[in-house]
Amino acid sequence: MPPREGIYGLIAEFNTPSELVYATEQAREAGYRRMECYTPYPVEEAAEALHFHKTRVPLVCLLGGLMGVTTCFLMETWINVYAYPLNIAGRPLFSWPAFIIPAYEWTILFAGLSTAFGMLALNGLPQLYHPVFNAPNFRNGATTDKFFLCLEASDPKFSLGETRAFLETFPAVSVVEVDH
Amino acid sequence: MATKNPIVDPMIDPRTGEYAVIAPGHNFKSVTQKIAGIVLTSNTPLGWFFGLIVGAAVANGVVIGCTWLFLKGVGIWGVTIPGAWGFAIINFVWWIGIGHAGTLISAILLLFKQTWRNSINRFAEAMTIFAVVCAGTFPLIHVGRPWLAYWLFPYPNTMNVWPQFRSPLAWDVFAVSTYATISIVFWYVGMIPDFGTMRDRAVLPAAKFFYGTLSLGWRGSTRHWIRYESASLLLAGLSTPLVLSVHTVISFDFAVASLAGWHTTIFPPYFVAGAIYSGFAMVITLAIPIRKFYHLEDLVTLRHLDNMAKVMLGTGLIVAYGYGMEVFMAYYSASHWEYFMMWNRMFGPMGWGYWILILTNIAIPLTTLWSRKLRVNVTYLFLLSFVINTGMWFERFVIVVTSLYRDYLPSSWGTYRATRWDYMIYIGTMGLFTFLFFLFVRFLPMIPMSEIRMMLPQTKVHKGGADSETVIEETV
Repeated sequence: MPPREGIYGLIAEFNTPSELVYATEQAREAGYRRMECYTPYPVEEAAEALHFHKTRVPLVCLLGGLMGVTTCFLMETWINVYAYPLNIAGRPLFSWPAFIIPAYEWTILFAGLSTAFGMLALNGLPQLYHPVFNAPNFRNGATTDKFFLCLEASDPKFSLGETRAFLETFPAVSVVEVDH
Repeated sequence: MATKNPIVDPMIDPRTGEYAVIAPGHNFKSVTQKIAGIVLTSNTPLGWFFGLIVGAAVANGVVIGCTWLFLKGVGIWGVTIPGAWGFAIINFVWWIGIGHAGTLISAILLLFKQTWRNSINRFAEAMTIFAVVCAGTFPLIHVGRPWLAYWLFPYPNTMNVWPQFRSPLAWDVFAVSTYATISIVFWYVGMIPDFGTMRDRAVLPAAKFFYGTLSLGWRGSTRHWIRYESASLLLAGLSTPLVLSVHTVISFDFAVASLAGWHTTIFPPYFVAGAIYSGFAMVITLAIPIRKFYHLEDLVTLRHLDNMAKVMLGTGLIVAYGYGMEVFMAYYSASHWEYFMMWNRMFGPMGWGYWILILTNIAIPLTTLWSRKLRVNVTYLFLLSFVINTGMWFERFVIVVTSLYRDYLPSSWGTYRATRWDYMIYIGTMGLFTFLFFLFVRFLPMIPMSEIRMMLPQTKVHKGGADSETVIEETV
């Protein structure tokens, strides 16, 4: 990939979740949209400040579960009724109550795998490189005890000088540029 | 003991009189340093090497035992007719049962918002996975020709042979393989953010590479966290019916057979309760030495031990009810066979097994766990956890052996005697479990850091960004 022009964004570091949430709310009010918070644990208030509510993970889980139950039940029926019919003490070939149990397990298996891999896929993970890792202070605290707000340069409202001045109105520990 | 001076004890919350879940005075940085420091240190404690070597040495029992088994066949075991199921099935059920507490802690207690479980869920889940590894060994080597064990799975083959889905043994394959897969996925997903922390704190390039790869590039983005939390809850919601179904399916292995002592409808709930009972005992067996050795008393507190002891008391009572009901039904069914089976189980040549079971599973734990003093007595609880797991092993022994060896036809009566190979493989799996667990505590974060951070008072968000500094100062 050719080197990209400019910077990825400006990242502000905060000591507490309250400061982060406040700054995020203000940034949203000021008209910024392309921004992201980075926290060492889930901060639900930050998600609210970003107006990020809905995830599609439950839908993926449901679809996985439905796929599991259908796959397993049809497989059992095909195997025990058509492919390899066995007379077990005269019981019906289509013994659906017995088929429920493996189908139940595969519902959970498919739903669980879909949830885990679906969550990773929706998050765009694995992605070992990301511009925020270039911020010199990011890896010191983002996964330990610091709270970051990144206003991205792709936002139409973003301008290096103004955005920096805006972020510096908050009690941020530092505001630094993030390279691509 | 701490209870002597409850008011002076800093671990007791003065408002509720309960033990604190986490000792006061911790902040985001201190919990991270404490947990990550155990892994990211260059000086490994000597005790760890000792434990690992002992575990590996004992695990040789599995290697040697299985080698001889594969050379000679299952004839080297004590299984004969009529006792065609012996140690392999007993140990399988015992280990799987132990695993169940891990899922219970990670899934069911998460759904019930029991946040105290955050400190213990990671190693309880690790315990589940290692227990399932040990459990899974037994059915595999028990099939006689383990190199053909993949025949258990439905796959297209040139023989045109398929599994028979009306058999509980086929259900078992689905239940246990699903359980192992979902447990590993849940465990790994839970560790992703912590791997991010480890990657950022590691100094050695190799460690950075190792944890960086495992973290999949986790960066703590809020949008990621929301999806992650949603996935965690869903996985918990899926694991809950799964854990209840796995031991239910295992109990069907017995309950679906028409043998007196096995053919009972009470088996599923009573197997599940017994599984949780023994699993919590195993969590206690592991938690007590770990918190002592790694000085984690601040994070795995007496509150955790007290709560786990209460869960054991509750599930122990369900198990006791199950035993009582078995005896009652043997009488009330008016079935000659049921009546004889119960009489034989209690007073027959193997009656001693039944009374060990009653002593270790009912008499000792269920009389003493009522006392809060004993529930927070670390030494007592540690010893009791061994007593309970002995009892739970004997429960499976009694169910498997005493139902089989004297069945309907007196001319076919026999006995069951385990051979040295039975014992060697069984003890070997304990070594395997220890070995894996020692590797886990050294190389993976054994307490979920991100979840512990969520339990700290500093997480409270104040409107307008104010006051947060003072909160930090108060708690540090």
